Amino acid sequence: MIEVNHLSKRFGSFNALDDISLRITPGKLVALLGPSGSGKTTLLRILAGLDHADGGAVHLNGLDASSLKTRDRRVGFVFQHYALFRHMSVAENVAFGLKVRKGPDKPSKAEINDRVARLLDLVQLSGLAGRYPSQLSGGQRQRVALARALAVEPRLLLLDEPFGALDAQVRKDLRRWLRQLHDDMGLTSVFVTHDQEEALELADEVVVMSKGRIEQIGTPADIYDNPATPFVFQFLGNANRLDARVKDGIAQAAHWQVAAPGIADGPALAFIRPHEIEVDPNGNDAVIRHQVVLGPTVRLDLQLPGGAHAEAVIDRESHARLGLEPGRQVGLGARRVVVFAVP
Amino acid sequence: MSRAATRDPVLVRWLLITIAIAFLALFLVLPLAAVLTEALRKGADAYWRSLGGDDTLASIRLTLLVAGIAVPLNLAFGLAASWAIAKFDFAGKAWLISFIDLPFSVSPVISGLIYVLLFGAQSALGPWLIEHDVKIVFAVPGIVLATIFVTFPFVARELIPLMEEQGRDEEEAALTLGAGGLRTFWAITLPNVKWGLLYGVLLCNARAMGEFGAVSVVSGHIRGLTNTMPLHVEILYNEYDFVGAFAVASLLALLALVTLGAKTTLEWWHRDELAASGKH
Repeated sequence: MIEVNHLSKRFGSFNALDDISLRITPGKLVALLGPSGSGKTTLLRILAGLDHADGGAVHLNGLDASSLKTRDRRVGFVFQHYALFRHMSVAENVAFGLKVRKGPDKPSKAEINDRVARLLDLVQLSGLAGRYPSQLSGGQRQRVALARALAVEPRLLLLDEPFGALDAQVRKDLRRWLRQLHDDMGLTSVFVTHDQEEALELADEVVVMSKGRIEQIGTPADIYDNPATPFVFQFLGNANRLDARVKDGIAQAAHWQVAAPGIADGPALAFIRPHEIEVDPNGNDAVIRHQVVLGPTVRLDLQLPGGAHAEAVIDRESHARLGLEPGRQVGLGARRVVVFAVP
Repeated sequence: MSRAATRDPVLVRWLLITIAIAFLALFLVLPLAAVLTEALRKGADAYWRSLGGDDTLASIRLTLLVAGIAVPLNLAFGLAASWAIAKFDFAGKAWLISFIDLPFSVSPVISGLIYVLLFGAQSALGPWLIEHDVKIVFAVPGIVLATIFVTFPFVARELIPLMEEQGRDEEEAALTLGAGGLRTFWAITLPNVKWGLLYGVLLCNARAMGEFGAVSVVSGHIRGLTNTMPLHVEILYNEYDFVGAFAVASLLALLALVTLGAKTTLEWWHRDELAASGKH
């Protein structure tokens, strides 16, 4: 069990982390999701012992991590740009963590070779043991970095934007492969990402961060279906943001009226996902200003009465069937409208 | 036919090459040839005889001694300073970087004068030094100090940009893998900068052996005792011993050629590795 209690960290006047508390259950794959500057990488570096918190504590299996040196934490770290040792071969890179061990822990040469061979097999790089990092592709470097981190048998594996520097296809393959590896090896892992799709696809648990604070913790389905704050809703996908007004528990946003239990009367914010808007050719809630075909879907830019804009995404077939075109008046429904009090 | 943008007309190409070669010949090859011609003007016997003179041998020994002390010290200092600057954050870092550049911007004569003012007989420390019979100025220690001062930017200046460009990621990776600070330095930091370090040491050595101005101020020009090779060249020249002056000068020129040769040879030997790392 990894426990983070009331962690805070400042860089000058910038609040990188502001009272962060978090529990990481063994065996889980956790995503720290947030925009740049949200503090996610700082949190990861503190977990690894590469940075120090100004306040609060990290407990690794009940031990106060601040009493442990970086080298004694048994934390594997995969760097965003891999940080492979450029003057060492692939095999030497992977062996490094074993070679630097001291005393009775130090494995024999044969044991090290054996372990390195097994790890390279695991990351499917057996044929490249003698290559140097500069001779590898991005995806291969990533896997070397992973094998190197796994060599020390970490109780916690940390990955900083593990797929950030890879092209789209490799990223997809590696994601699936990493999830499989995590499950097969029974690892406990935390990875940092700014890509909501990656977090939702890969993680058991997602921690959404913004401006040094945790906005929400939950399973991917949970945070997607029940976003706790406007930030979470907007960060997890495209969203239409409409000014709303609440009166007696009912919110009015454009022509939509939805229940807004527990929100005080007055101004509020309503959010609707573009693909959750239903377009009806018979109606006059909005005018189509512009439309763009995006592969299997069509994006409609809508002009609402009162000057507001909205985006709707519908599939190509419905679009053709309804005979929609710019300038046309349409009726709008919504499968889901989420209302938040103005923060 | 369209002409590629990178393809200049033949005439321009030849003109540029000719200018470059003419420039090199005029300012580098010609003086070098002149040094050798003058040194050998009275034949090889006279050349060897003047090199074998006691005072000349003493100046060679002194120059080797000074470089032998200054270069290792500046190697250690340059490594420590650039490691600290590139891999750690601390107050006063900008000051340290400026101070390292100081010897480049100060005239060597001033560099020498600093030590005369600090340790000379008229200085505040002077009476105490005389009382305890410690000779710094007009003696070997002063020459060593002035040489260290003049040459200390060479290694650091070569390493700081290199280390800063490489960042701290690899060191941090080593740390998370369980390596201690010293181990990380020997296994990761040092191998990554070994080429820059070597160039720095070669340049530092060439300057340490060739320094004239700063050393001239603190040396006192005592023959056979405090004359380094460049100083000895001047003395011989002023005494109209042209063969002697140019013979010693030819040794200094040889040093420059050996330095250049060593650098080129090393680059050639390790060309694959250099190409792989994309450096130099």
